Amino acid sequence: MSARQFKVVGTRPSRPDGADKVTGRARFGADWNMPGQLVGRVLRSPHAHAVIESIDASKAAALPGVKAVVTSADFVEQENRIVPAGEMQVNLRDVTRNVMAREKALYHGHAVAAVAATTDAIAREALGLVEVRYRVLPHVVDVEDAMKPGAPILHDHLRTDGVEPRPTEPSNVAKRIDFAKGDAAKGFAVAEVVVERRFRTAPVHQGYIEPHACLASAAEDGQVQLWTTTQGHFQVRGFCSRLLGLETSQIRVMAAEIGGGFGGKTVVYLEPVAVRLSQKAGRPVKMVMTREEVFRASGPTSGSSMRVKLGATRDGRIVAADATFALQAGAFPGSPVGPASMCSFACYDIDNVKVEGFDVVSNRPKVAAYRAPGAPISAWAVESTIDILAQELGMDPIDLRLRNAAKEGTKTHYGPTFNRIGLVEALEAAKASEHYRSPPRPGTARGVAAGFWFNVGADSSAAAHVGEDGTVTVISGNPDIGGSRAALAMMAAEELGIPYDKVRPIIADTASIGFNFVTGGSRVTFANGLAIINSVREVIAECRRRAAKLWEVEPDAVVWENGEAKPASTNVGTFEPLSLAKLAGMAGKMGGPINGHSQINAQGAGPGFGVHVVDVEVDRDTGIVTILRYTSVQDVGTAIHPSYVEGQMQGGAVQGVGWALNEEYIYDRNGKLENAGFLDYRMPVASDLPMIETIMVEVPNPTHPYGVRGVGEVPIVPPMAAIGSAIARCTGVRMTNLPMSPPRLSAALDAAAPRLAAE
Amino acid sequence: MQQTTYAAPRSLDEAVGLMAAAGGAARILAGGTDLLVQMRAGSLAPGAIVDVKKIAEMTTIVEEAGGFRIGAAVNAAEIGEHDALRRAWPGVVEAINLIGSKQVQGRASAGGNLCNASPAADSAPALVAAGAILAVQGPKGRRQLPVEKLHAGPGRTMLERGEILVSIALPARPAHSGDAYLRLIPRTEMDIAVVGCGVSLAMEGDTCVAARVGLGAVAPTVMLVEAAGAALAGSRLDEAALEKAAAACRAACRPIDDKRGTIAYRTKIAGVLVKRAALIAARRAGGH
Amino acid sequence: MSRVHVSAVVNGEPVEFLCDPTQTLLDVLRDQLGLTGSKEGCGSGDCGACSVTIDGRLACACLALGAEMEGCSIGTIEGLAQGDQLHPLQKKFVEAAALQCGVCTPGFLVASKALLDRNPDPTETEIRYWLAGNLCRCTGYDKIVRAVMEVAAEMKETAR
Repeated sequence: MSARQFKVVGTRPSRPDGADKVTGRARFGADWNMPGQLVGRVLRSPHAHAVIESIDASKAAALPGVKAVVTSADFVEQENRIVPAGEMQVNLRDVTRNVMAREKALYHGHAVAAVAATTDAIAREALGLVEVRYRVLPHVVDVEDAMKPGAPILHDHLRTDGVEPRPTEPSNVAKRIDFAKGDAAKGFAVAEVVVERRFRTAPVHQGYIEPHACLASAAEDGQVQLWTTTQGHFQVRGFCSRLLGLETSQIRVMAAEIGGGFGGKTVVYLEPVAVRLSQKAGRPVKMVMTREEVFRASGPTSGSSMRVKLGATRDGRIVAADATFALQAGAFPGSPVGPASMCSFACYDIDNVKVEGFDVVSNRPKVAAYRAPGAPISAWAVESTIDILAQELGMDPIDLRLRNAAKEGTKTHYGPTFNRIGLVEALEAAKASEHYRSPPRPGTARGVAAGFWFNVGADSSAAAHVGEDGTVTVISGNPDIGGSRAALAMMAAEELGIPYDKVRPIIADTASIGFNFVTGGSRVTFANGLAIINSVREVIAECRRRAAKLWEVEPDAVVWENGEAKPASTNVGTFEPLSLAKLAGMAGKMGGPINGHSQINAQGAGPGFGVHVVDVEVDRDTGIVTILRYTSVQDVGTAIHPSYVEGQMQGGAVQGVGWALNEEYIYDRNGKLENAGFLDYRMPVASDLPMIETIMVEVPNPTHPYGVRGVGEVPIVPPMAAIGSAIARCTGVRMTNLPMSPPRLSAALDAAAPRLAAE
Repeated sequence: MQQTTYAAPRSLDEAVGLMAAAGGAARILAGGTDLLVQMRAGSLAPGAIVDVKKIAEMTTIVEEAGGFRIGAAVNAAEIGEHDALRRAWPGVVEAINLIGSKQVQGRASAGGNLCNASPAADSAPALVAAGAILAVQGPKGRRQLPVEKLHAGPGRTMLERGEILVSIALPARPAHSGDAYLRLIPRTEMDIAVVGCGVSLAMEGDTCVAARVGLGAVAPTVMLVEAAGAALAGSRLDEAALEKAAAACRAACRPIDDKRGTIAYRTKIAGVLVKRAALIAARRAGGH
Repeated sequence: MSRVHVSAVVNGEPVEFLCDPTQTLLDVLRDQLGLTGSKEGCGSGDCGACSVTIDGRLACACLALGAEMEGCSIGTIEGLAQGDQLHPLQKKFVEAAALQCGVCTPGFLVASKALLDRNPDPTETEIRYWLAGNLCRCTGYDKIVRAVMEVAAEMKETAR
């Protein structure tokens, strides 16, 4: 695709929601209120694993001020059925049980009952009056422990899928998957250098600053209105309709502004509960999670146990790769072991690959997606091993990757063949960067890692409405978590040839626009962009038809340029151009309003690749790691709004820094989470970091009119291995477990001291 | 449902009276940065909240007897802005200024930090090293105690029922003396100290003539590590003396394994920090 | 619970409210005064999303009781703009893409203004340490810090 000259795309205008967001006017999930609203609160299991023998909520219901109580009996039993939820798959039978426990409480914090009362204090008191009889069971949290024979079993009906012959005994291993290309055994047989390591990661949370919140209002005629903070209000509608036995048209879901999601808000927790409480109480019910509830009972991602083996010839060609990835799903099956396995070696053109993955349940909250789900986890293992290989071969870590880089036409180990991709360009840009070309300061060292994410397309519905003065509203149905509505308005303005400030984007509720898949998978700018461009093209086509009618020529004798209909050439005749404003002003007389709409299942999402370079300093006495310099390189397709693309590249990198150095779920021996707050769940703060330099490499996606690739998820994939490699090169100690927190690094440095002294 | 009352007395006597009337169910409110967190977490439900911020003696910093008397409820930001205090006791001030974020600094007080009695309280090691004396008022009148005698255990003080910590007195500073506080936290801010170490010393030329070492977060209470002070005093703060002080700190440690650090790590870090803090204190004393 | 009557000033305007003794200033702002710009991210003073000023000092509204506010002057995000004029920090945050989801933005703006009011010429390190009490999960802080630096530089220019 030749480089197109853009007028709006690629510039950095102010975002349409900017004024509201910097003044506090913008309404997030907890900012919506209705007269007469009640406060809803959830009773949560104090046990990590227990049979629920009985629940008696009568005393709670009788407390003055309590207007409704719900338990699992209030939710429709679901069949064993898998539906997409963001980039993961979920089983409705499990979803309803996660929203409200049925037979068992499966993690500390699992919702068991809920009440709605006139004040928060009364609601909390009522929770204390709900009598639950538990039969406590042994529990298991760690992924390796859950896989061991004799481990406490969470689901008696669970048999490991993907194992032949089908097992007869229950297991915590829900599924085994595998991918193969070529013959790994033969590959290793000719390898001259073989590297193999085991790795572990601890569970981490998406860490969005805004807790889950919603406001449900059920009317007497069965219609429901729901305001919620979510990445997918159509998803919320779907889940609520199924869990509550309502038709989708009965529920209208309004997406509040969302204070961060990163995948964690693609599922439901409070919404079905709030709706049911509202139905029973006959009043609106507002529910907001505390920060503690967010950590205990939303959807952090998997912890893992992994093994990676690479074989190469001395010239740097990787000839074989073999890996096993075991990821925790939490209380119900469905970890991102699939994407973890698929992304693991996607950056490399390796002839012989064998990957095996395990989806393992354990007594922790059910995992939800976290930004490129699974990929950062397997990348920690694979990219660290690639770096070890580079060290063994004496090769520069970027050169090793260039030697083996996937390109257009490379067949991946998980099946598809790559179209035009930008990994090589990103690697070369990293190598040519000022950061990489300047040697690390004495006493510091540098690490490099690459990363991959597929990016998705999926369902989008959009519309473009032309106002009577020619200004345009573009309507989409995806909550804006990163600035996408600006990009959508920019693409519409570009396509129409009118100024950006004549286009206003809105995010419509579920009743006002057609179905949209969730905001996730880095899909909104790509898929909604496509739908909006299509909608706008309908508008343009209609304008051309109307101009043609006026001029009494054929429509294909009319072109659209810079916001105006013009004759295609002087042969057609001499006519004054007709602007959108002019045509809009005459719309009533020319056939009615000018609108366009489009509904697609977007295909051709372009995958993305990132390369991160980081310089660190390690205080050997304390194990404190300081990030001195960080560069995030990525092939971004076409950067519609470069500032927001940079923002994704920086934000994802910093989440990775936290994942690498300090974030982890810490459990006590009762399976209770010990650090359910921002004090001890340690996310990076501003003073922990330097500026994050970004290098955007534009390799346009050939299947999108503007070359858009998803950009949001790739940046979280490389950071941990880049930092781990920098630490290894600084200290001589290769960490294999995350996080590389000061006590752990210090202990590893102390343990290695004799070996290092001898070297 | 419990009825909590709120009062903001204007005098110490009134405050003591309110505490007595509540019979043990009252809690002092200075900055609220511990009290409100604990109430929110459900671990505390006071019958009465006694806000002491309108009591002059508790909210002022007074220079007296060559030293300073810091009202227990003075907020940390104000302490950091007191030039004379900062010049004389940089270690004490930097320690207090490490309690939480800038937002917390605007409210939190040294008195509250001490009375919350976390073993990891940032203000404690430096105040212990400084030899701070606490003034306490209660139903039986006023008394004093050295700061290292305040803590009884995690979350518990030696204050008797109804007693209020009124102020913290820092002695006059000898010439050529300096103090410093260092803590180990996993990030650069916003963490509870994994280990905290305060050192206050006096120099004569190149020789340290007196030293006190306070160590926090490595035992149920903050500790005055006399052996560490003794190792530094009379030395030139050479590596051997510093290592002796480090060994004394490591030996004095009785830490726990928890979500913030391990026994082994805390013990090691106690030794690392005392060396580093001693050198900073010496530099401030102008003697190194 | 018998409620406490409080007279205070919020964003320069006198207000009166009744609150429970245990109600936080944040609850009062959001639930009684309709000022939902200050956000609850944690309720325990660890995230800064509820940053306000109390008598000119930066504080977390979740760590103050409504009852304590008698006679106090409180500044919230809603008071940053003057009439229809955004404060330079607000303008710059939008221009410089210093927000993505925007939920931490009110807290950062209040905290940044408190910084520049005290220290009009901060270094990058000073800015980062001052803002360490404000968590952002979306931006990685880079564009926020740059925005504050640019506003400081521009305000210095204007002051000349």
